[in-house]
Amino acid sequence: MLKIKDLHASVEGKSILKGINLEVNAGEVHAIMGPNGSGKSTLASVIAGKEEYEVDKGQILLDNQDIDELGPDERAHKGVFMSFQYPVEIPGVSVTNFMKAAINETRKAKGLEDMPANEMLKKIREKSELLEIDRKFLSRSLNEGFSGGEKKRNEIFQMAMLEPKLAILDETDSGLDIDALRIVANGVNKLRSKDNAVIVITHYQRLLEYIVPDFVHVLHNGRIVKSGSKELALELEAKGYDWIKEKANA
Amino acid sequence: MTGLKKKQMPKTETMDLKEKLVSSFMVFEDSVDVDSPVHEIRSEAIKTFEEKGFPSKKEEAWKYTSLNSILKYDYSVFPKHERAIEYSEIKKYFIHDIDSYKIVFIDGKYSSHLSHTTHDGIDVCLMSAALTKPKYRLVIENYFNKVAPSDSLTSLNTAFSNEGAYIHIPKGKVVEKPIQIIHFATGAENALLLQPRNLVVVDENSHVQIIERHQSLTENPVLTNSVTEIFANKRAIVDYYKIQNDKENASLIDNTYIKQKQQSVAKVHTFAFGGKMIRNNLNFYQNGERIDSILKGVTVIGNKQHVDHNTLVMHKEPNCESHQDYKGIFGDNATGVFNGKIIVEKKAQKTNAFQANNNILLNDKASINTKPQLEIFADDVKCSHGCTIGQIDESALFYLRSRGIPKKEAKALLMYAFSNTVLDSVKIPELKARITKLIAKKLGVNIGFNL
Repeated sequence: MLKIKDLHASVEGKSILKGINLEVNAGEVHAIMGPNGSGKSTLASVIAGKEEYEVDKGQILLDNQDIDELGPDERAHKGVFMSFQYPVEIPGVSVTNFMKAAINETRKAKGLEDMPANEMLKKIREKSELLEIDRKFLSRSLNEGFSGGEKKRNEIFQMAMLEPKLAILDETDSGLDIDALRIVANGVNKLRSKDNAVIVITHYQRLLEYIVPDFVHVLHNGRIVKSGSKELALELEAKGYDWIKEKANA
Repeated sequence: MTGLKKKQMPKTETMDLKEKLVSSFMVFEDSVDVDSPVHEIRSEAIKTFEEKGFPSKKEEAWKYTSLNSILKYDYSVFPKHERAIEYSEIKKYFIHDIDSYKIVFIDGKYSSHLSHTTHDGIDVCLMSAALTKPKYRLVIENYFNKVAPSDSLTSLNTAFSNEGAYIHIPKGKVVEKPIQIIHFATGAENALLLQPRNLVVVDENSHVQIIERHQSLTENPVLTNSVTEIFANKRAIVDYYKIQNDKENASLIDNTYIKQKQQSVAKVHTFAFGGKMIRNNLNFYQNGERIDSILKGVTVIGNKQHVDHNTLVMHKEPNCESHQDYKGIFGDNATGVFNGKIIVEKKAQKTNAFQANNNILLNDKASINTKPQLEIFADDVKCSHGCTIGQIDESALFYLRSRGIPKKEAKALLMYAFSNTVLDSVKIPELKARITKLIAKKLGVNIGFNL
């Protein structure tokens, strides 16, 4: 589904990703771990199409198509979703209106009619129940005055609504207490299928107890320096990142 | 030499229009009752206008808005041709999906077949009737020209005051449907000057909703110099909406004066979506305690359009409030002005006065001049003002786009969100839906903002 080949990317002339190779197939969960500043969030943003990031070299293929030329909205239409580490507050746009616009614009791009209002409302009800989101919450302005946990839960709610093919969760676990973490992980697990894939970006192993990865990759200094099974995450948790850094620098 | 002559042209022409108007006054006198007390007011007013002339950029309040380009036309003051229009042609300019009273004028003349007036417990009718019939005499004596000041443009309107909307809501009435006042210009004249004069008197404990619109149906130049006096008596609630979305060659100078008595609430929403030039002089005078004055506006303009909001809130007594919230979105070569003056007199302790003017410039050719003016003579007050000028937030734009909303639509959604604080307080749902659609149209997107 996703093939990243020798990806180099920079922001404001500063090189951050220095040759990433990664292949994610349908049905798989990949975890990307690594110390702060290793390039994890940059990788997520580059896949999602954030325009401040410059791809200097390499390719990102989605279903064998190079997506370099596509804007973030066009990537979303192809099924890419990124759960933001820091979701943006948008006063004046309610969660429901936002979702309505997102779903209908995606349908428009596919040549479909708007989703009928009753179907939309039903979907909103189902997915908000799945994430244990209070209905009142949905008429509030998007992320405005939301707690850290509410923001993250809202991100996964959006993911549930949009049903992406490839979901990238950028540090979705940061700022979540254990109950919220369980709700969020449960939401993600319910959305998993043989047709979609998830990339979980995290600093800690904690989330991976709930969303169990098939592969774990360690990112350091803009490169994947080690890949392995879910046991690698436990090893990182026990030993920290220093041994990886030393090995990579050696 | 030629260059010099050319430079002076606009001035000469301005004088022409002024002279034309002053001489037209004599013609006007042939058509009205010169012995009525109102005519004394008119005669004084034409003298004032003759003395002061049109305002120029030298005056502080007109520093950023020039009338030169709109005063150069040879306007007809008394239209010679009458043109009938069918409801189907102009239905779209009404909020047509609600039941309402309607006072409609075509080229300054009352159109009875498009109107729906009433005398059933309330008076929703014509200024021409109110100025001449004995039964309205007391109201006219007490209220006509009692809050409008004698500045030049208002005086010009007063001098020719004859037609417009007359609304009188007696004590204790809740008017159950909104009143729509619409002035159409058909283009029967090459260039037309309209000077409607409206009077709204809302007595104790009454409530009324009014929607006002000036609509040109032609490419010919139209200039409207409108004066509206509103009196909100004790505990009255006046909810007033101005829709300004006119043709490229239509200009509007809207002078609105509101006098409020104790515990009254007066709210004016101004939706300025363009025309050639719009100047809103919106003035609130508080006369009593526990008064609330609310001024809200959304401006969305492009091309070479110009919108100038000039507001005044005069706090005279203690324990009153005023709330101003103006949002502006300026594209292309559009220019905007916001000049908000708040005066808090010495006696007006415990005043709460708020003013916000936030603007988005969509490109570097658009501009906005915003100037708050606070004159506070009381010492125990809460006053705040803030103005911002910014661009679209890139991180918010990326967030929206990452959810599949294309760039143009995402920008529109952000701008809609930006103006949403103003729309929140629109109490007529059909009007709100219409304004929302107009905003989407102005932003060039086909997107429903509401579920």
